[in-house]
Amino acid sequence: MEDLLNAFFLMSNFVFVPAIAYGSQLALGAVGVTLVYGILRFSNFAHGDIMAFGTMIVILFTWLFQSYGINLGPLPTALIALPFGILATAIFLLGSDKFVYKFYREKKAVPVTYLIASVGIMFVLNGIVRFIIGPDDQRFADGERFIIKAKAMKQYLGTAEGVSIKVSQGLTVVTAVIVVVALFWFLNKTRTGKSMRAFSDNEDLALLSGISPDKVVSVTWILVAILATIAGTLYGLDKSFKPFTYFMLLLPIFASAIVGGLGNPLGAIAGGFVIAFSEIMITYPYKKFVAYIVPGDWKPEGLVQLLATDYKFAVSFIILVLVLLFKPTGIFAGKSV
Amino acid sequence: MSYLIGENMTGGYGAADILHGCNIIAEKGEIAVIVGPNGAGKSTAMKAIFGMLNIHTGSIILDGEDITSLSPQARVAKGMAFVPQTANVFPSMSVEENLEMGAFLRRDDISKTMDEVFDLFPILKDKRNQNAGELSGGQRQQVAVGRALMTQPKVLMLDEPTAGVSPIVMDELFDNIIEVAKTGITILMVEQNARQALNIADKGYVMVQGRNKFTDTGEVLLNNPEVRKSFLGG
Repeated sequence: MEDLLNAFFLMSNFVFVPAIAYGSQLALGAVGVTLVYGILRFSNFAHGDIMAFGTMIVILFTWLFQSYGINLGPLPTALIALPFGILATAIFLLGSDKFVYKFYREKKAVPVTYLIASVGIMFVLNGIVRFIIGPDDQRFADGERFIIKAKAMKQYLGTAEGVSIKVSQGLTVVTAVIVVVALFWFLNKTRTGKSMRAFSDNEDLALLSGISPDKVVSVTWILVAILATIAGTLYGLDKSFKPFTYFMLLLPIFASAIVGGLGNPLGAIAGGFVIAFSEIMITYPYKKFVAYIVPGDWKPEGLVQLLATDYKFAVSFIILVLVLLFKPTGIFAGKSV
Repeated sequence: MSYLIGENMTGGYGAADILHGCNIIAEKGEIAVIVGPNGAGKSTAMKAIFGMLNIHTGSIILDGEDITSLSPQARVAKGMAFVPQTANVFPSMSVEENLEMGAFLRRDDISKTMDEVFDLFPILKDKRNQNAGELSGGQRQQVAVGRALMTQPKVLMLDEPTAGVSPIVMDELFDNIIEVAKTGITILMVEQNARQALNIADKGYVMVQGRNKFTDTGEVLLNNPEVRKSFLGG
């Protein structure tokens, strides 16, 4: 019995809790990608770097607040800096729309033109972020580290394995739930939100109904700024901030959005968790876990790891390819790519 | 002066003209129907009146005001509503949301207009929370007409409203259209089902190759041997 409990705690610490946190971060990123795809009708390759840009601004403001001695006690200071990051990102995105995408919209360009333009924006952001904060790792998490500490739980439960939940993990899940609920309320209950869905559904008919495309586009970019900055900041608090890592996040984020069904926000959330759980479960070494549940002398010699963690992006890739081969519209029947 | 006038309309999508001096006139509360063979420019004439197509000669006059240079969106604000032939609903939104989107430009209370639409199409009231994309063809057309009515238009333009629906549903839709016209809304309609459409029409236009071939009341056209022979199958 105690061994089973130990095995369960082990899985919780190293698989379930991290996967839920990582899944929430991917979900927030994927919802941003899916909104752009559904409403502006292109795959925004700059999304990872938009997250990096937003997070960079949050980090700079966090340092500023830290230098003034302003903090949130047990919670990370980055939370107070978040609105500034969102504001800066929104300004950047609205500016990039005005100077780049609007030109193509007026020319009624095909989606692939926007996609290539977004690659350009991606390189620009790439450069800006590296120029301002540098290519290195930045840690900006402060406050308490754990909600539940492994050591205290070990003593309390008397088991070999403790249970631990980091503040960043708890914060990620709580924030993601709030953001997603607010987003769905906005899209389903408000006049502006409904007009965005209408625009995504049938652009011509939306125009005939008097819905202003400029307003829909601007609101979409503001939502993307909010989602990307929050997702990036939560990821940075949970792991660390490194511009290249954020660029690489593009793959699992796109995989999440496509697996769930492009253009469908609900699908993007489900997709985020599918990708996160697959990535972590396939790259986790199960040696210790197996040792707990099998009799003593059956203990495996190898790591019992399906794939080395270096290959975690291959997992997203394989899922992406499988979904595109067998169900191109994704789990929740979004638009086919 | 007539309520809606499309006068001497000449123009097309690209370099070649599709319409050649076409005239369409409708009075208030009247049903005007455009019929004719495939490729005659029926839908094109209607799109020209709605501003979805640029005409280089001729003019469009609504209630005494020249609206030739206005965009379709601006014409919606002037009281024109257009129901396209296809893709005329928001498929992933509920029936009620479709109607709400129709009234997007209105800032006043829309519940009364919505009740009127539900009175006209009772089935939509039962399905108000269902997605429009899940409805049958006929019901979808009702949503499309209902959405257009939500703007409280003075002119309702329908591009082949009965395309692809069963004969029973077609009769029902024509009845609904008569109901709408009775409330004082001018109706301009393009139809493939020429005989049934001319039956309910106050005024009929037979178009051939972008020109008016015959123009008269629906009844006279139905009894005109030449129209019967060429366009109504005897």
